[in-house]
Amino acid sequence: MSQVLHTPPQAPAPATDDLAALAARHGLSVSGARPSLPEYVCQLWARRHFITAFATAKLTAQYSQAKLGQVWQVMTPLLNAAVYYFIFGVLLGTKHGVPDYIPFLVTGVFIWTFTQSSIMAGTRAISGNLGLVRALHFPRAALPLSFCLQQLQQLLFSMGALVVILLCFGVPVRVSWLLALPALFLQFTFNAGVSMVMARMGAKTPDIAQLMPFVLRTWMYVSGVMWSIDKLAQKDSLPHVVTVALAANPAAVYIDLMRFALIDSFHASQLPAHVWALAAGWALVAGVGGFIYFWKAEETYGRG
Amino acid sequence: MADLTNDRIPTVVADGVDIVYRVNGTGAGRGSATAALNRMLRRKQTEKASGVRRVHAVKNVSFVAYRGEAIGLIGTNGSGKSTLLKAVAGLLPVENGRIYTGGQPSLLGVNAAMMNDLTGERNVHLGGLAMGMSREQVRDRYQEIVDFSGINEKGDFITLPMRTYSSGMAARLRFSIAAAKDHDVLLIDEALATGDRSFQKRSEDRIRELRKHAGTVFLVSHNNKSIRDTCDRVLWLERGELRMDGPTEDVLKEYEAFTGDKSPKAEPKPKAAVPS
Repeated sequence: MSQVLHTPPQAPAPATDDLAALAARHGLSVSGARPSLPEYVCQLWARRHFITAFATAKLTAQYSQAKLGQVWQVMTPLLNAAVYYFIFGVLLGTKHGVPDYIPFLVTGVFIWTFTQSSIMAGTRAISGNLGLVRALHFPRAALPLSFCLQQLQQLLFSMGALVVILLCFGVPVRVSWLLALPALFLQFTFNAGVSMVMARMGAKTPDIAQLMPFVLRTWMYVSGVMWSIDKLAQKDSLPHVVTVALAANPAAVYIDLMRFALIDSFHASQLPAHVWALAAGWALVAGVGGFIYFWKAEETYGRG
Repeated sequence: MADLTNDRIPTVVADGVDIVYRVNGTGAGRGSATAALNRMLRRKQTEKASGVRRVHAVKNVSFVAYRGEAIGLIGTNGSGKSTLLKAVAGLLPVENGRIYTGGQPSLLGVNAAMMNDLTGERNVHLGGLAMGMSREQVRDRYQEIVDFSGINEKGDFITLPMRTYSSGMAARLRFSIAAAKDHDVLLIDEALATGDRSFQKRSEDRIRELRKHAGTVFLVSHNNKSIRDTCDRVLWLERGELRMDGPTEDVLKEYEAFTGDKSPKAEPKPKAAVPS
């Protein structure tokens, strides 16, 4: 009997051909092989109830130990917005020249948080749930999708708080508020796509989860969450290319679309050109690309 | 090995299976930070030099499991039983060889999808959906699952968060959820050890029932009695190698001799030499 774990495997048993033939004769399939893309989509669709149930369960489990319970769903984003208001609005004075600064800021913070936490959750979707991946069979894309859905539900709570804030600051209710729905849908698709890319990378290299907060923070500061990209463009202190690139980055596009939809003093002139095409384009590229990229490694998820 | 020529229908065929775990950051040899840098800079170099430890958990295992069989997997701790089950379920990739399966083998592992902060009730739904049951199926079987688990025997526990359950209660609920579905191949890893005697009896009955529904059941256990009660065939793994494969009594006798377990139940028989 060998004592070490490093011993090489013995030569395969002579019965190998018989076993393969036996399996073939009875139509057995290889365990754990990757399904084709259409098949994968079908499997995922069949699991839609699991995806939503898992997202809701995660959301409710989140604050179940807290005394205030689900109140934190609304409190957390509000406190976040308060901190940013204090730092950027009051201390640094970015609010000068931005009308309706508080609605402007809070919309920015909430919409950004949606993208940020979706991507963070996506990065850990596989690597943080190895127990689940190693115990049960389901298309693995269900995990990043479910986490994004959880963030979407969280955002809906925040949006409820946002509506109250908007009304408090005298922002009128308008038909254009309905534009928030397509904007959210596009943003969700984009987030889900990026999460799936990050999920695959995070599954292979868990170290990425350590790096992501820095990348995301940089991304937040350049996306005009607490300052107006449009104001920066008017100053002419930066080359034109830079301001266009800043305004066209997906996070800025979705944030500004939501501001345009909700806040009456935020005009269409402050949006980059072809903004809906940009928003749809980002969603399509990230959504489809991310899904295919994730599916390509489907059978490898779960190995330590 | 079982007879291949008759017309029994195989459900799982393992063909020379090797399973190797790679473990990062064991810092073998040198400082782990340097080893990590090395690993990143020189991708192609041998895994051993770059600080990745290979653990050869299952070595060249072949067997054929047939429909209606209940197969016990025994072996001392760390002999690769659970790893082999996971590979059969398609959840761990194999290094060499192939595993063929008919239908979808499912590991009794719903616990991974369950959340301790949620009530038992919601966990039944979540666990059922995680196993691939539809919402209607879960709703139809909900009462059956709760009754089988016996969670509500001592009061209304199903509406309490699972973190308040004792380990036995949680294990019973897990098994009840997993057993609610008719599986082609059900893989059970030490699930029956925690329940009380009456629950163990019910579980064993349920396993027999699952076998009758043309399924194959694999059971990992250190409890030789529950293997004897439920299985008609046993695979004995030792250090990742398949040491014996045969009828329950024969294999268990050898195994008990190997582990030095002189249970009074075993008939005194001339001790067979331990193969090595």
